[in-house]
Amino acid sequence: MPLIFVGGLIFGFGLGFSHMARPEVVLDFLQFTDFGLLFVMFGAAIVTGIAFAIMPRVSDRAPLTGDVYGRRLKSFDRNVLIGGAIFGVGWGLSGICPGAAYASIGIGNFTILWALAGMFAGAYLQGRWRSQRAASETTPAGAD
Amino acid sequence: MFTELLPLSLTAELFPNGITRYAVGGLFVGLGAVVIYMGTGIAAGASTFLESTLSYVSDQSRFQQYRSSRDWRIVFTLGIILGAAVYAVFWQGGAWTTDVQPWRLLLGGVFVGIGTRIGKGCTSGHGVCGVGSASKTSIVGVVTFLLVAIVTAQLVQLMGVSP
Repeated sequence: MPLIFVGGLIFGFGLGFSHMARPEVVLDFLQFTDFGLLFVMFGAAIVTGIAFAIMPRVSDRAPLTGDVYGRRLKSFDRNVLIGGAIFGVGWGLSGICPGAAYASIGIGNFTILWALAGMFAGAYLQGRWRSQRAASETTPAGAD
Repeated sequence: MFTELLPLSLTAELFPNGITRYAVGGLFVGLGAVVIYMGTGIAAGASTFLESTLSYVSDQSRFQQYRSSRDWRIVFTLGIILGAAVYAVFWQGGAWTTDVQPWRLLLGGVFVGIGTRIGKGCTSGHGVCGVGSASKTSIVGVVTFLLVAIVTAQLVQLMGVSP
């Protein structure tokens, strides 16, 4: 837990420092006036990519949980496309995504609570809908 | 990399605020994820928090499946908030508020909330950890939401809504 907190601190500091916690800067990227976001996303992905490549060779299991070091691989289905497209509409409209929204609270941008309220409402809607569908189907489909 | 291949003036046009803040910020974002990964083996994403936290107040099966991770996800989110606050206090010099209209934040938030959970990840899960894992699913997810977001943001601009 303390480690997760420290990781969150660094993660959130990065989102603040990179200005990703400001919807305007994300919109500047999406509207092609400042391409800096590419450096944030791919810069971060390169750092995690190095760790994901090295850690499994250094050690079999993580010290704190005993979990096997793996990569973040999720199965592909059309939900990835549908969900991605819905996410894109929201991201393009508002300029904010979940991690950046939490960080935005930290930089004192309390207007972002509107977005956070929306995200919880959206997550609740899909969760309710999928819970009910899973319950009504005799053979439950893979729930993610 | 990219910048060295382009004439200076074009670089200034593409990156009017320079690249340092973005590159350094991105390194920190990645480092935060790596710290958690090294200790726990978890490839963290930000958006599961939305559902795992709903498991405290709703007994829908969809939310309850995240029960086991809901406590650390709150800690992670609090860390993100405080980390950004450290930036705000020492670098930004106080609070900053967006000019994006509340209706856009609320409506956009609803779409983000639905989309990220159906699409199995957001900009941190797919974008940072997934792409870092060279996951084809995540790369397709990122390309999808980037393209749709660009089209959406351009349409918003065309309709004269700003910022």
